[in-house]
Amino acid sequence: MTAETTCAVPAPIGSEADLFPIRVRGLRNAFGTHVIHENLDLDVRKGEILGVVGGSGTGKSVLMRSIIGLQIPEAGEIEVLGSPITDARDDDDIDIRCRWGILFQGGALFSTLTVAENVEVPLREFYPEITDELRHEIARYKVLLSGLPAEATSKYPSELSGGMKKRAGLARALALDPELLFLDEPTAGLDPIGAAGFDQLIRSLQQTLGLTVFLITHDLDTLYEICDRVAVIADKRVIAVGTIPELLATDHPWIKSYFNGPRGRAALASSQRREDTAAMADANAGPGALGTAAEGA
Amino acid sequence: MRGTADFITEPGAEGGVTLVLTGPLLVSSLGRLDHRLRALDGPVSAIDLSRSERIDTVGAWTAWRLSQHFGAPIIGASPEAERLIGAISAADDNTASVEPPRLPLLLRVPEHVGIVITGLGQGIVLVLGFLGQVVLASGALLRHPSRFRVRALVHQMELMGVNALAIIGLMSFLVGIVIAQQGAVQLRQFGAEIYTVNLVGRLSLRELGTLMTAIMVAGRSGSAFAAQLGTMKLTEEIDAMRTIGVSPIEALVIPRLLATMIMMPLLGIYSAAIGIIGGAALSALTLGIPFFTFLARIQEVVPLHDVWVGLIKGPVFGLIVATSGCFQGLQVKSDAEEVGTRTTGAVVMAIFMVIVLDAFFAVFFSEVGWG
Repeated sequence: MTAETTCAVPAPIGSEADLFPIRVRGLRNAFGTHVIHENLDLDVRKGEILGVVGGSGTGKSVLMRSIIGLQIPEAGEIEVLGSPITDARDDDDIDIRCRWGILFQGGALFSTLTVAENVEVPLREFYPEITDELRHEIARYKVLLSGLPAEATSKYPSELSGGMKKRAGLARALALDPELLFLDEPTAGLDPIGAAGFDQLIRSLQQTLGLTVFLITHDLDTLYEICDRVAVIADKRVIAVGTIPELLATDHPWIKSYFNGPRGRAALASSQRREDTAAMADANAGPGALGTAAEGA
Repeated sequence: MRGTADFITEPGAEGGVTLVLTGPLLVSSLGRLDHRLRALDGPVSAIDLSRSERIDTVGAWTAWRLSQHFGAPIIGASPEAERLIGAISAADDNTASVEPPRLPLLLRVPEHVGIVITGLGQGIVLVLGFLGQVVLASGALLRHPSRFRVRALVHQMELMGVNALAIIGLMSFLVGIVIAQQGAVQLRQFGAEIYTVNLVGRLSLRELGTLMTAIMVAGRSGSAFAAQLGTMKLTEEIDAMRTIGVSPIEALVIPRLLATMIMMPLLGIYSAAIGIIGGAALSALTLGIPFFTFLARIQEVVPLHDVWVGLIKGPVFGLIVATSGCFQGLQVKSDAEEVGTRTTGAVVMAIFMVIVLDAFFAVFFSEVGWG
């Protein structure tokens, strides 16, 4: 027996586990007599950004903690990348943990390590054969990929601002080039410019690295800007999953008041404005844009 | 089964050598290959990715670094590889150190000594400042007694006093046994075993009862004070109290100080009593001194001023233990690690000061004729 941990082999392309990296069936979570989830079902498709919304206390974070195995559910089945999580023990789910990355709400950086050393922790843990030189290089470029300045590499978390901590947490979440990324309120506590920048960063990383993203948020701008589909948690289960227009077509009172409240309308208006300007810019730069497309081809 | 990454070199089109990377170029497969790639000598005219299977950013980084190192172009890259290499090449100018900046050893040692010494000086000033705050807050409480938090005081008295009865009792009982047993062995040589009663009674009441209780309270409650206040500082609870107009010294520190100062003499006497019972129990079993004779004899041989010495030292030791706990807790500024070091600091400072003061008291009381 070797103590070395091996990474799970990716599921065959086109299989069930490949198309739906996260499947939740009949999940039940309860704290004492207080039931959080009852008979909750959810499928996350490969390569999408799924936004999860719901009122405070409806169990968004508990759902994420159940999926990543931090919270043992009372009943139900959870399958992540083809492996069941519900019955997972500490030693046999290790192979799945190298294929996901998690950004906790406060960043959850190790306070006694620098940003780069934080990024190196999962690399050391799973791939001890990687040389120090390559590991340092990986940590350095991941720091830049996450949108941090180079000076932040050797800083301690206590020397970073809130937004930089989130980026550092994202760098650590991306350390192993995961397929799945879990984000718990990534833009909470950021200023609007910082939040918009973070949204764009997630979008571009998702496209470049081909990630599947499970994103908990309260930020309507994030939902409109980057989420492919949105799952709504209410009444202890997922009451609807779909694109925002699809959700708007349903007549559940909570969804209606969520998207049609003053903040929802403002976010919708600003996202439409941006699309209009983008369309106009495209129209103006028509021939040029076509030209570059042709060159690219 | 997953393939392994490897490389081969083959003669290229224009006479140069082409480096061909094969297999999956992933973080999981490249670790073993990396040092071989680094040992590679040039010249290389091209890096060929056409025979690689899958690629992630670590693979892209490796290809990009090789291409920069040999000045060779990357050929045969899939669209996915091109996309990743594009992203990596925009993020390759980070030359910052991974570790925090450190001075060389020869400079670090004197620097550390300097930091410790200036820290000592600042520490004395800070402790004096803290004591000043406590005095001011006590004055304010005397003028406005209604602001005093009786419930917090009682709660702390329960936590640090009542809840400590079991462990202090057990410890004192065992120490009483040890003193009686060791004392008897020595005194037997003079045929003076009966003086075991004097030894156990006077030592317990005068010294050990209070001193050991102080050490136990420092470990139990001084550390708890430091950790509680330190965590409250980190979570900004103390700042919130200040902005609401509640003085943290009044609300948090004074109840803890008072509770410790009230409970310490009580615990000290309790500890001494249990210690004497321990000694009496051992004497009854092995020395042939009946249990109640031992207790009656205590009244005759222990002068009353020994009880006073113990009772006077109690509140002073309590003040030291609670002050160092609260003071260190409130010094926490940055992170979880500091809560740990401050808690350690609180216990070490409290025990050290208690022992120093105990020596001082021993000399003082014998000089004033309470020997």
